[in-house]
Amino acid sequence: MTFKQITSPHGHNRQSTGRIMQLVLIATLPGLLVLSYQFGWGILINLFLAVLAAISAEALILKIRQRPIGFYLQDYSAVVTGVLLGLSLPPLVPWWLVIVATVFSIVVAKQLYGGLGSNPFNPAMVGYVVVLISFPIEMTTWVTPVSLLPEGVSHPGLFESLTIVFAGFSPMDGVTGATPLDLFKHSNGLLVDQIYQDNTLFSSASFAGVGWEWANVAFLLGGLGLLKARIFTWHGPVAMLVTLATMSMLFWDGGSSNSPGSPLMHLFSGASMFGAFFIVTDPVSSAVSNRGRLLYGALIGLLVYVIRAWGSYPDAVAFAVLLGNFAAPFIDNYTVPRTYGHNQRRKATAKEEDE
Amino acid sequence: MIELLTENIILAALVSLVGLGVLFGGLLGYAAEKFKVESDPIVEQLDELLPQTQCGQCGFPGCKPYAQSIADGDAINKCPPGGQSTINAIAKLLDVAAPSLDEEHGEEEIRTVAFIREDECIGCTKCIQACPVDAILGAAKLMHTVITQECTGCDLCVEPCPVDCIDMLPIEEDIDQWRWSIPKNQHQLIATSSSTVHETLT
Amino acid sequence: MRQLWETPGGVHPPENKVQSLKLGIGHLAIPEKLILPLIQHIGDAAKPCVAIGDVVLKGQKIASASGDLSAPVHAPTSGVISAIEDRPVAHPSGMSALCIEIISDSEERWIDLYGHTDYKQLSPQEVSHLIADAGVTGLGGAGFPSAAKLDNGRTKPVNTLIINATECEPYITADDILIRERAAEIIQGIGVISHVLDMPRRILIGIESNKPEAIDALREACKSTAIEVVVVPTKYPSGGEKQLVYILTGQEIPSGQLPSDIGMVCVNSGTAFAIKRAVIDGQPLISRIMTVTGDACGINRNYEVLIGTPVSHILEKNKFIRKNCSRLIMGGPMMGFSLSSSELPVVKTTTCILAPSHSEIPEEDPQQPCIRCGLCAEACPASLLPQQLYWYAQSEDHERLQAHNLFDCIECGACSYVCPSNIPLVQYYRSSKGNIINSRNAKISAAKARERFEFRQVRLNKAEQAREVKREARRVATEKAKTSSSSAADIINAANLRAKARQASPDQQKAKLERSLMAAKMRLDEAQERLAEANKSGSAEQQAQQHASVEGARQKVEQTKRRLEELIR
Repeated sequence: MTFKQITSPHGHNRQSTGRIMQLVLIATLPGLLVLSYQFGWGILINLFLAVLAAISAEALILKIRQRPIGFYLQDYSAVVTGVLLGLSLPPLVPWWLVIVATVFSIVVAKQLYGGLGSNPFNPAMVGYVVVLISFPIEMTTWVTPVSLLPEGVSHPGLFESLTIVFAGFSPMDGVTGATPLDLFKHSNGLLVDQIYQDNTLFSSASFAGVGWEWANVAFLLGGLGLLKARIFTWHGPVAMLVTLATMSMLFWDGGSSNSPGSPLMHLFSGASMFGAFFIVTDPVSSAVSNRGRLLYGALIGLLVYVIRAWGSYPDAVAFAVLLGNFAAPFIDNYTVPRTYGHNQRRKATAKEEDE
Repeated sequence: MIELLTENIILAALVSLVGLGVLFGGLLGYAAEKFKVESDPIVEQLDELLPQTQCGQCGFPGCKPYAQSIADGDAINKCPPGGQSTINAIAKLLDVAAPSLDEEHGEEEIRTVAFIREDECIGCTKCIQACPVDAILGAAKLMHTVITQECTGCDLCVEPCPVDCIDMLPIEEDIDQWRWSIPKNQHQLIATSSSTVHETLT
Repeated sequence: MRQLWETPGGVHPPENKVQSLKLGIGHLAIPEKLILPLIQHIGDAAKPCVAIGDVVLKGQKIASASGDLSAPVHAPTSGVISAIEDRPVAHPSGMSALCIEIISDSEERWIDLYGHTDYKQLSPQEVSHLIADAGVTGLGGAGFPSAAKLDNGRTKPVNTLIINATECEPYITADDILIRERAAEIIQGIGVISHVLDMPRRILIGIESNKPEAIDALREACKSTAIEVVVVPTKYPSGGEKQLVYILTGQEIPSGQLPSDIGMVCVNSGTAFAIKRAVIDGQPLISRIMTVTGDACGINRNYEVLIGTPVSHILEKNKFIRKNCSRLIMGGPMMGFSLSSSELPVVKTTTCILAPSHSEIPEEDPQQPCIRCGLCAEACPASLLPQQLYWYAQSEDHERLQAHNLFDCIECGACSYVCPSNIPLVQYYRSSKGNIINSRNAKISAAKARERFEFRQVRLNKAEQAREVKREARRVATEKAKTSSSSAADIINAANLRAKARQASPDQQKAKLERSLMAAKMRLDEAQERLAEANKSGSAEQQAQQHASVEGARQKVEQTKRRLEELIR
C-alpha cells in the first residue's frame, strides 16, 4: 500500500488567520456601537463605504496580480483595514475622502508591498495620514456628541446624512464641534480648570471628555476581549498606555496654562484605546518579540504624547504608529530573545563568529 | 609679518585656509594610518568564495588566478561551477550588482565526479598530470583510479585520456545526504498561473 | 516535593492516549519475512556478518558495529538469510538503504543466552561492552547508541541520571504501558545504568502528570531505592531532552553540547528496560514495545513487536482499513514522519504506528501569508522567533538564520501546530538546516581542494626549479670546458684518453673500418664522376678543383685500406 507523504507535525489546532481577523472585527463592535450612538449615522456610512472600497480595491489588485481572489478575501484582512479606517475617519466627511483613504491603504500601503504580511506600515494608518495631510479641514471637523447637541438640534437622520456625505450639503449649525484634544490644542493661555469650566465637553463629562470617554472605554473592552482570546500579547498596548500615562503625569503640572492635560484625559481621548488595542497590535507592521513589542508600544506612547503636547496636530496615534513602524526592524535587531542553551541574547545581524 | 596679514585680509584668509587644510589633512592622514582596519586582502576573500574546482572554465589556470583577476577588475560571472550563488556572494562582497552567469564559459550544471572505467585504463598517467588537485591515483602502466572525495568535478582529465575511459558521473544522493526540500509555497505558485490554482484550492 | 522549572512555550494538543491503553501489551504472530536495516541509529551503518543462505538463530548477531557510533543488529527470530540488499526503509526521504532479510522458520530457536545477574561484579567498562554488544540504542526516537552515551558520560563526572518517561507526544503510550506492566524491570535497568555511570549522585525519573497509573507503578517499584519519581506538568514538548533537563534541574544544556557536558545523562525508560534485558538476561535488542493507534485501525493497543516486522503485517492484524486512512505515520503526530509505503519494517526507534482517519488528521489547509502574529514564538520551547526564521528561510539568508539560532530548533512542531496561516514551518527549518550544512561541507571540501591545488602548484614549481638548476649546471660546465686555459698537450691527452675509452673490440673496429672504406670508395666514385663532368664542360679552375678532391678521396681510400690491412694483420 502506498500513502501520501506529508511533513510533520500532523495535525493543527484549527486556528486560522481568517478567524483571527473575524475576532478582531467582533471586538470592534462595542466601540462601533458607542461611536454610532454618540456621533450618529456618519460613522456607519464611513464604515460601509470603507469596507466596500477595501474589498473592491483588494479584489481588483489581486486580479491584476493574478492571485485567486476568493482565497485571499477569505483572510478578512481587507475588511479589517476597511473597518479600522471607517472607525477612525470623522463622521459625515465627503464620500470620496473615505474612498481615497481606503484605496490608498489597500493599493499602495498593502498590495504594492506584496499583500498581507509584507507591508512595513499599518495600511489603515497610512490611508488616514494621507487624507489627514491632504484634506486637513474635512479631517478635523468632528460631529458634536449627542448629549452636547444644542436645544432643538439633533444628528442628521440616515437620509440627511447620505445627502451630506454624497451630495456635499453642509450639516446644520451646532452639529459639528471641537474634540477634547482640539480644545487643549487651541486653548493656550487658559488654566486647565478654566478650559474645563468653559466647555460642556468637559464640564458634563464623567471622567475625561463627553462622547470620547465612553468610546474609549468600549474599545478598551473589545481589546481586553482579544487579549483574553490570546489574539495578541499584552506587551504592545500596555507599554503604549503606560508610557502615555507616565508622560502626561510628568507634564501635567497640576493644571497650569501650559499643561497639555491630565493623564485620564489623554488615556480616554482621541484614538488612545483604539490605537493601543487595534493599531499597535497589528502584528505585521510591529516588532516581533515580546521585548521588542514593549519597546515598540512605549515608543508609540511617547510619540503620541509628544505630538499631542507639542506638535501641531491635536491627535497623533496615526503619526506615532507610522514612526513606530519605521523603528520596528531596528528594534527587532536588538531584541532577539535569549535562546535555550545560550548565555546571551544575540543581535539579529550577529555573525557566526561573534559567539 | 603679522602687520602684513592684518592689513591684507585676502592674504590672511588664504593663509589661514591653507593652514587649516594642512592641519586637518595631516590629522586625517595620521588617523588613517593609526586606526587602519586590518582585513584579509581582497584576493583572499574572493578566493574563499570561489568553489575551488580549479577547472579553468573561467579562462584562468585555477581559482586563485581568477580571484586575482576579479580583484583587478575582471567580470565576476565567469565561474560556471559556482553558479549564481557564487556570483551573488562575490557581488555582495564587492558591493556591485550581481550579473547572471556568462554562458560563454559554460552552464551551471549539477555536480559530477570523474570515474575511470578501470578495465579500459592503459595506465598512461596523462589524467594524473591533468588533475589540478591530485585526486587521481596510479602509476605508469598501472591502472588509475579517482579519489572520489577529492575530485572537484572539473573534467580536465577527460580530454587528455587517449582511450576515453573517464566518465563524469553526477553525484548520487544517498540516504545520508538527503535533505528536506523547501515546502512548495502555494501562494507563490499561484502567481504563475491563477487558473490551475483555482482548481487545487476548490 | 522537588522544585520544577517551567519551560517557555509549549502546546497542548489533544492527547488521544486512552484508546490504546484499554488493552495491555499484546504479541503478534511472527511475520514470514523480517527486514532489518543496517542503520537504525544515529551514526555509521553496521556491517553484515552473515551471508545469503545462512541459517541464523534468534538473537544471533547478523551485522556488527563498524565505524563511529555504530550498533550491531541481531536476528529477531530464527530463520534463513534470504537477501542482503537495498530496501526502502523508514526514513522521511522514502529512500532505500542496505537491509538484511530473514525468512522466519517460526521455530523461535534461541542462541544460548548468558545473563549477568551479578553485573555488579563486572567493571563498568565490561557492562558497557555488554550493552553495546546487545545493540541497544535509544528507543525514544533519535536512536543514539546507548553504550556510547554511557561511555561518553563516564569520561566526565556525572552527578545526575535522568530517566525520561514523559512521553509527551500525543497518541503514543508505549512507555506508559511498559511502565505499568514492567516497572520492576525498568528499575533494574536503571540499576545497571547507574553502575556503568559509577553511581550518579541523584537519579530522577521524569514522567508527565497524565499517566497516574504508571506514576503509581513507578513509585511502588522505587520504594526501597534512592530513585526519585518526579511528576512534571503535561505540556508538549516536555519530553524533549533539553526541556526535561531544564524542567527537572533548572539547568540548560549549552547550545551544541550534550547533557554529559553539564554532568547529566538522559536515558529513555524503554531504553532502561532494553538495557536490563541486555545485561541481566543477556538478550540482545530484538523487539520493542510499540503503539498501534489511529481511527483507521480497528484495534488500538500496544504490542511487543520484533524489530524488522513489516508495517503492513502489523496493520493487517489490527483491522486496518486503507480507505479510512489519511496518512500513515511512524512516530507521533507532532514529530513522526509519514511513510510512503506500508512495506517498510519497524526499527529500533519506532515508537508508534499512527493510522489516523480523515476526520482525525485532515488534509492540511492551503498555506496563507505569514502575518507575524507571533503565536509561533509563544509556542516555541526554545525561545526562538519562528516567524523571523521563516522569513530568512524563504530568502535563504544563512547568516541571519544562524544569528537567530536556527540550529537550536528541536523541530518539535509546536510552531506549525499553532500557525494560523498553516505554514509548514518545521519543513522550512529542516530544509534550511540541510542547506547550511551542505554549504558548510562545500566550504570544507573547497578548502581541501584549494590546499591540494596549492600543494600541487608548489610541487610543480619545485620540479621546474630543480630542472632549471640542472640545466644551468650543465651550461656552466660546457662553458667552462670551452674557455678553459689548459695546454694543447693536455687536450691531446684528454682526446687520446677519450679515444682509448672508445676503443672497442677488434671485430667492431674492423666493421667500422670496412664501413669507412665503403664510404670513402663511394665518395671517390662521386668525385671522379664530377671530375669527368668538369672535364667535359667546366672551366679550368673547376677542373683543377675536382681533380684535387678526387685525389683527396683516393688518398682517404688508400689510407683506410692500409689501416684495415694493419688491423687484419
